[in-house]
Amino acid sequence: MSAPTGSPAHADDDGTHDPQRHGSGYSADHATLKRYLTGFALSIILTAIPFWLVMGKVIERPSVTVFVVLAFAAVQIVVHMVYFLHMNAKSEGGWTILALIFTLVLVVIALSGSLWVMYHLNQNMMPVSTQQMRDMP
Amino acid sequence: MSDHAAALAPGATGADENLSFHVSGEHHPENGTLLGFWLYLMSDCLVFACLFACYGVLGRSYAAGPSGADLFDLPTVAVNTSLLLLSSITYGFAVLEMQDNRRGATLAWLAVTGLLGAGFVGVELHEFGHLIHEGAGPQRSAFLSSFFTLVGTHGLHVSFGIVWLVTLMIQVARHGLIAANQRRLMCLSMFWHFLDVVWIGVFTFVYLMGVLP
Repeated sequence: MSAPTGSPAHADDDGTHDPQRHGSGYSADHATLKRYLTGFALSIILTAIPFWLVMGKVIERPSVTVFVVLAFAAVQIVVHMVYFLHMNAKSEGGWTILALIFTLVLVVIALSGSLWVMYHLNQNMMPVSTQQMRDMP
Repeated sequence: MSDHAAALAPGATGADENLSFHVSGEHHPENGTLLGFWLYLMSDCLVFACLFACYGVLGRSYAAGPSGADLFDLPTVAVNTSLLLLSSITYGFAVLEMQDNRRGATLAWLAVTGLLGAGFVGVELHEFGHLIHEGAGPQRSAFLSSFFTLVGTHGLHVSFGIVWLVTLMIQVARHGLIAANQRRLMCLSMFWHFLDVVWIGVFTFVYLMGVLP
């Protein structure tokens, strides 16, 4: 992915890195106070709203609340990735984003596959009453 | 044989320019640690994904025992979440001080981060103790087994993060903000922020959705 477009991108990268490398070798590319504070403010808002929605029972239907809460979590994860973990398409010549995308694909397959298969397995199980469950060892 | 050598010799000198081009193309060899650590985090992400899948499958198997709505105390979870979120921003401040090469301020922010992390682990242990005391331990139902495994694994990560943080504080106090220590601090920074990302999944998927009917 990065190999064909490599040399111009790398040259650009080196240009932006060199001044920083003199002072502190391992500082993150874009770590500034403003970025951290923006990310912090965003994540507070994105945390507070789901808690408020669930604790205050704002939305009548729980299924709608679930979707809204999950959407807020997804947005907050992206905010943390960008503002705290300094993710971008160019860091390490694109290898970090490539590893992330690969991991996300695996995570989606593992999560959705498990839920899908096990849900249908549960559907096909013999029903067990609460009383039978209590009598179980 | 001599024929081969003669054939190789011009090739070798011709490839010399290409060779130097390839070497110059490999930039930032000293930053390989950060990429490697990122790959570790991604594999850790897969561990958590499996535990999340486990909880997703077993999270409603109460075995006639208590459910999430009976057990979870959302104000406590909110306190825990804010502790971890605050520790993320204080670690960010430590990184900023590190970039400006101020050892004392870096150590101070690292100490604040460690205390917030310890507070998080403390609240979580208190919650676990309360659950076990009420008879809702990990052996009670599949829901509670998967809950303790998922949340406990995250708590264990944070605990080891604190151990790592204290180790690094001693290193920085002894040797200063040398390049090796800066690299270690950046690795721990990624680890710490990554745990915060996992916690977003935990409080959404386990606590908020567990309380909903």
